[in-house]
Amino acid sequence: MAPRFTPKVVTANALLEGDVVYLTADDRWSRHHAEAELIEDEAHAQLRLLHAASQKLIVVGAYLADAKAGPNGPEPTHFREVFRTRGPSNYAHGKQVETGHV
Amino acid sequence: MYKYSDFDESFVRARVAQFTGQVERRISGGLTEDEFRPLRLMNGLYLQLHAYMLRVAVPYGTLSPRQMRQLAYIADTWDKGYGHFTTRQNIQYNWPKLPDVPAILGALADVEMHANQTSGNCIRNVTSDHFAGAAADEIEDPRPVAELIRQWSTDHPEFQFLGRKFKIAITGAPNDRAVTKAHDIGLRMVRNEQGAPGFEVIVGGGLGRTPMIGVTMKPFLPKADLLPYLEAVLSVYNTLGRRDNKYKARIKITVHETGAEEFARLVEERFAVIRPLFSGIDQDLLADIEKAFAPPAYRNAPVDGFDAFYAADPVFRAWADTNLTEHKNAQYAIVTISLKAPGQTPGDATSDQMRVMADLAERYSHGELRVSHEQNIILPHVHKSDLPTVHAALTQAGLGTANVGLISDIIACPGMDYCALATARSIPVAQGIALRFNELKLEHDIGPLKIKISGCINACGHHHVGHIGILGLDRAGVENYQITLGGDGTETAVVGERAGPGFAYDEIIPAIERLITAYLEVRLSPDETFLETYRRLGLGPFKAALYPEDAARNAA
Repeated sequence: MAPRFTPKVVTANALLEGDVVYLTADDRWSRHHAEAELIEDEAHAQLRLLHAASQKLIVVGAYLADAKAGPNGPEPTHFREVFRTRGPSNYAHGKQVETGHV
Repeated sequence: MYKYSDFDESFVRARVAQFTGQVERRISGGLTEDEFRPLRLMNGLYLQLHAYMLRVAVPYGTLSPRQMRQLAYIADTWDKGYGHFTTRQNIQYNWPKLPDVPAILGALADVEMHANQTSGNCIRNVTSDHFAGAAADEIEDPRPVAELIRQWSTDHPEFQFLGRKFKIAITGAPNDRAVTKAHDIGLRMVRNEQGAPGFEVIVGGGLGRTPMIGVTMKPFLPKADLLPYLEAVLSVYNTLGRRDNKYKARIKITVHETGAEEFARLVEERFAVIRPLFSGIDQDLLADIEKAFAPPAYRNAPVDGFDAFYAADPVFRAWADTNLTEHKNAQYAIVTISLKAPGQTPGDATSDQMRVMADLAERYSHGELRVSHEQNIILPHVHKSDLPTVHAALTQAGLGTANVGLISDIIACPGMDYCALATARSIPVAQGIALRFNELKLEHDIGPLKIKISGCINACGHHHVGHIGILGLDRAGVENYQITLGGDGTETAVVGERAGPGFAYDEIIPAIERLITAYLEVRLSPDETFLETYRRLGLGPFKAALYPEDAARNAA
């Protein structure tokens, strides 16, 4: 039996600012991880990734990142993705200060 | 300092115009990301974890006050008010936005700077001894040759698509402060039996995934043969270097797989063909460049003020003992400004600090600054009578830390706080170690010690050549830190030895503390440095300190 599919979100960097963005279920790019579409089906994940990769004037380097459901929406599971939701640890720069929540 | 010729000026301006067009086409859709990526990398622009990053070249680490002020202006105008000085003597901006990058490159061109060849599979910025032109132990200032190499390698048609990046370092002194043995090509100035200066050519060094100390391919190369010889080495590498596997593409692997002797033979063969084609124009050019690096007009003045201050003020004395290096002129000193205040990010300077350093360089260092690969800034020519004033001004700007060469003078790559390639964070580990030892007040007692931290195996933090090296990895989804011991990046270069299993993020700082406690216990005297103690005793006592449970089990 194939291993169970781990839920994913589609994430990328915005072309102009470089900021981390997430694909939402209604086809927007959000700066907030919690607004991402949590994808639980592998085939659907591939379709969503293709859709993301076609938006060449909006985002760069779209990929699927592991995530899990949380009380306020999807949450990252790997520490790298956690860092991407907030910014660097040495200064209060990036999402941790530029967006209302992470 | 070297001044751009009309050719340099128009070349850099043309490149800015070209890249401006490329950015416009990327934004409007004329270029895909696949097409744009190699172009932006050629201009130093990366896309990192949270934002773009622009790496600006500081050729051979030399800056004028005007250039430093412009770097501050760029930080304020298009970034977040600071810059990060790197282990290859460059400066990186962590937050530029793509549409602003052409304007930043234009602002750099205004002060004879650029970001060319700071990335990509080409010959990168040539690094040099940060004390070049000032050090007491120097044969000759290596920077004219470094500038010649910069001009030769810029857009060199044969070497635009190498199998992998290519890094050259050069030093004019027997004490190697430029890590020449861990570069693709390291050049160490030596004299032959007749007393003429030339170069020992070291090929195939490098850190990263497969750390190797370079092989001396030529014990003495006459200065006039340098460019044809470099071209021969590059040419053989370009022909034989692997392109099937990115991890085996560096010249160190080519030399290793071909065999150093055979590689050297092929270089000689190629050199014999190329040498006659160099008519001597390069040497004429070098002679012109050398004039631009003439030593400053040193002042002749008493230094009693320095001696009195040194005797009277313990804070100044501590700083003078660690942050000054002997200058070739006995009335002068080389000042290393520490960018490592405990708790700060190694290598970061705010725009205000950059302006302070620029002002001090203008008034007290004959208009020169240097960036060191150890991520500090140097004022190369300060008259000793000015040192108390310089120290006071630095202290006011938060730049007076007396720790150069000590445990808190840590090299750290940006790690996973910024870098898309990183597998773990480096900066908070460096901050934590520096804060802990500052709290223990042991730093000066511990003495000379180089800790170097990389956040992935690419080893930008030079961990393999740290007396204590720390490598951050991702082990099953958590940060894990491996320790290597006994590395050395100088003329006696060696790659450090792995101490054992890695440590979790919250275990690494206590592990370093145990290591240091063990050193203090086993050293013969306070004069025996950590590295000397390690060389005398080997891994044993340090391993026991790092893994007390294993040691207890073995003893039982």
